[in-house]
Amino acid sequence: MHIVVCIKQVPDAKNVRIDPDTHTLVRQGVESIVNPFDLFAVEAALKIKDASNARITVITMGPPQAEEALRDVLSRGVDDAVLLSDRAFAGSDTWATSTVLAAAIRKLGNVDLIFCGKQAIDGDTAQVGPETATMLDIPYATFVKKIESLDERHLKVTRQTDEGVEVWKVPMPALITVIKEMGEPRMPSLRHKMRAKKAEISVWGAADLGLDHEAVGLSGSYTQVVRVFSPSRRGNRVMIQGSVEEQVEELYKLLKEAKVPGL
Amino acid sequence: MDYFLTEEQKMIQELSAQIAKEKIRPVRAQLDENEEFPWEIMRILAQADLFGLYIPEEYGGMGGGILENCLAIEQVAQACIGIATSFAASGLGAYPILLYGSEELKHRYLPDIASGKRLSAFGLTESGAGSDVSSIQTTAVRDGDHYILNGTKQWITNGGEAEIYSVLAITDRSKGPRGASFFVVEKGDPGFSFGKKEKKLGIRASATRELIFRDCRVPADRLIGREGIGFIIAMKTFDKSRPGIGSLGVGLSQGALDIAVEYARKRVQFGKPIISFQAIQHKLADMAIKTEAARALIYCSARHMDTDPPDASKVAAMCKVFTGDTAMQVTTEAVQVLGGYGYMQDYPVEKMMRDAKILQIYEGTNEIQRNIIGQELNKEYGRIKESFF
Amino acid sequence: MKVNVDRQKCTVCGVCVEVCPFGAITLSETSVEISDACTLCGMCVDTCEFGAISLPEVGAGPAEDLASYRGVWVYAEWREGLIHRVSFELLSEGRTLADKRGVPLCAVLLGHQLDGNLAEELISYGADVVYVVDRPELAHFSDEAYGNVLVELIRVKKPEMLLAGATSMGRSFIPRVAACLRTGLTADCTELDISEEGLLLQTRPAFGGNVMATIVCPHRRPQMATVRPRVMKPLKREGRQGNVEFPKISEECFLSRIEVLEVIPEKDQTAKLTEADVIISGGRGLQKGENFSIIEELAQMVKGAVGASRGAVDEGWIPPSHQVGQTGRTVAPNLYMAVGIAGAIQHVVGMQGSNVIVAINKDPMAPIFDIATYGVVADLFEFVPAFVRKIKQDRGEP
Repeated sequence: MHIVVCIKQVPDAKNVRIDPDTHTLVRQGVESIVNPFDLFAVEAALKIKDASNARITVITMGPPQAEEALRDVLSRGVDDAVLLSDRAFAGSDTWATSTVLAAAIRKLGNVDLIFCGKQAIDGDTAQVGPETATMLDIPYATFVKKIESLDERHLKVTRQTDEGVEVWKVPMPALITVIKEMGEPRMPSLRHKMRAKKAEISVWGAADLGLDHEAVGLSGSYTQVVRVFSPSRRGNRVMIQGSVEEQVEELYKLLKEAKVPGL
Repeated sequence: MDYFLTEEQKMIQELSAQIAKEKIRPVRAQLDENEEFPWEIMRILAQADLFGLYIPEEYGGMGGGILENCLAIEQVAQACIGIATSFAASGLGAYPILLYGSEELKHRYLPDIASGKRLSAFGLTESGAGSDVSSIQTTAVRDGDHYILNGTKQWITNGGEAEIYSVLAITDRSKGPRGASFFVVEKGDPGFSFGKKEKKLGIRASATRELIFRDCRVPADRLIGREGIGFIIAMKTFDKSRPGIGSLGVGLSQGALDIAVEYARKRVQFGKPIISFQAIQHKLADMAIKTEAARALIYCSARHMDTDPPDASKVAAMCKVFTGDTAMQVTTEAVQVLGGYGYMQDYPVEKMMRDAKILQIYEGTNEIQRNIIGQELNKEYGRIKESFF
Repeated sequence: MKVNVDRQKCTVCGVCVEVCPFGAITLSETSVEISDACTLCGMCVDTCEFGAISLPEVGAGPAEDLASYRGVWVYAEWREGLIHRVSFELLSEGRTLADKRGVPLCAVLLGHQLDGNLAEELISYGADVVYVVDRPELAHFSDEAYGNVLVELIRVKKPEMLLAGATSMGRSFIPRVAACLRTGLTADCTELDISEEGLLLQTRPAFGGNVMATIVCPHRRPQMATVRPRVMKPLKREGRQGNVEFPKISEECFLSRIEVLEVIPEKDQTAKLTEADVIISGGRGLQKGENFSIIEELAQMVKGAVGASRGAVDEGWIPPSHQVGQTGRTVAPNLYMAVGIAGAIQHVVGMQGSNVIVAINKDPMAPIFDIATYGVVADLFEFVPAFVRKIKQDRGEP
């Protein structure tokens, strides 16, 4: 079985925040991490590999430094990695990103299962998985928390919805987006880490994927950011002083006055 | 500081640091509070290939040496030496087999220890034989193709949790120090049981128990090396393991220093961060000097020890003393820097200070280590004919 | 491709350097340099006081007759016999947008054995037309059947905009619809408006809510957005008139490769975090799993849901479905009470949109107080039970 995991390198949330006083964006260093949801996707694939002789390829679209993200995942036990990188890819929205990922998966060929994280923590769109599957014309299941069973042609998954859980039978090839319940990502091992360090990582650009420059990046995108601004912030906080009894009285009074529900 | 580590050694550091940060830091206080053995962390360290760093590849290890092991222990210790002790103690249990075991014994036990599938432990101390190792009472009597062990080992790290024990017993009391031998005892061997888990001041995530042998029959092929070399095995094992104990001190000191400096930079009193006060600066400076000196000593000694040098015992003792004393001083000062907060369980330095004390006690008290260093100096200078006056 | 820097306007002030989350901007002698690390996220554009930075133009794709698309559509989410509240919110908002554009507002209702009153209800919230497709294949949600039907309707009727709730259903199948129609989609919007050119301005949080980004889809139709529940206000208008239509859909649209084997409503209703009006969340400060009972008691009293920090989930004190934050749920209730939660950034990004935030923590330096509306430095084991007693006393309960 050949499994592909799509990952994204994202800025660590710790490095992107708003200064509470100036309301401007503060960046402390530019540490990048593998999108946490994608690590759950990696774990899902590795669990299948633990129980069978599956081969896992991880792909990511990003700048050259996204290679670090691939090596991180290789060090956890993934077999191969491909970096999809081209200046022409910059500015891709979810449509253009999905175009590139779908082209890469077609080029890999004979893929049985594709895992993605539910969403990336920088964009939070949750769109790339479903759009990629649609472009590949394969079925997909989102927000999957557990793989119940897997045979040659089907997998049975449990997905988490706002209302509860659903059990779906999905024919392969298929794309699955996963949530945290899939399981904590395993740590790297020293052996895999040493292998990852030396691993050759192929880099595919637009030409390798047979994509026109017009079809990718900003020119292949349908949506465009026209404005970025700081969200309006609440007024200054009130610290409630006094003994516990006084604090209880005061908070209760304030919440009553603010007409918050439930009280 | 650059210690000219190899690519692979840096990877060991990086990987252990990642586990310490992501997996150990969040749970250390709770494991300490509940005196809970860190099985989940042991599993993670095992899966990361860190249990077999010093074990040759032919026995399933990573083929490194003492330094490699020290690097991992240091990083784990930076987060919690209770957990790091449990990790390092498995090495202590493995060394007798690795150094003196038959090929058969090595192949039988080392791969499981290297993969972390089974923990090991080292059984030497008894109630009447702490610093005075020669007075141990546990006996092993040959009975056909078995030995029968009787006696009780006390304060054994990983006791009850480990599955493979290297145990020292007297095989021939008439031969004095040359009458002791090491055996491999497995959890589940008939006549082998455990005492209650000890309640401790620090390193409370680690398990410390008695090993009780009542007519415990072990096959004769579990004898490590041959009869009578038990004390030599113990001493050689300590030579290999003491730099690792030193790494516990280095890691712990670094962990305390990190918190103290971060706190001193944030904590404002009299309108200024307290790090701007010289009284605090000097404390932090001394903590940093000692920590770095301890680290330099350990890294150099660990490399040195892999060459099986003649002064191994002296150097190993130096590692143990200096890092243990350093950790005690640095953690105590860290509590002082944090003041009232430092004394509270909400901040980790309180635990670090409690934990530090054991480093001056176990694996040979620091007093015994100084004795060793003194005796070794005496021997060493006795061999030198030249005068320095 | 990188952002464009107008060298005539750039004063090399360096403000943009600090702002770039990718470290792609450096200062040279006479201008700023943009490295290949630029992802065109647009963060720097608004920061530049001199208007020196701009994004390159978005692609047009194949030419389309944009003018032939007309009307605002809302996907009316139906589950378990009921319309999801977000659909009413969207109809109310959609009404405003449709009026601004001078076009009709239509709702699309898919499902099986649909109650006849549902369409009327949709009309009362602002719909002029309700398209109803009632088929057994739509009894359970599946991305393919639901997506295919909506795609066919859009292809035939050509609306200029489509709004859907950013629910687990909307966020699952609307991307399929957008991909089939080859058009843009903006996820999880919190604000919608119409630009001077008549485009849908879709504003959404990015970087975990630390910035807001306004997005347009200039060259493709329909312009599609999913909208976060509980952001827009539902507004019922009495006496409204509208049409209900039952369009014919091609049979192949109802085929799905996926088989829905089971649908299990979650027993624990409090886990429906995203829809809760009040959330009481607990963190590591609770010290052990049993102590979550303190949180549960308070939550029950105020009819709230129980949330948790990642720390508490990692400890195994409560299942991950309760986790609020980066790898859990993003919530924006009216009242969010953080009890014994330090306020790590990964938690804060998941709840900072809440209306009133109460933080209870004994560490006065805990970062949760930075974003709290009301901060209480206290031992939670004293404070929370005392607070519960206060509520009971006020209600005259024993």
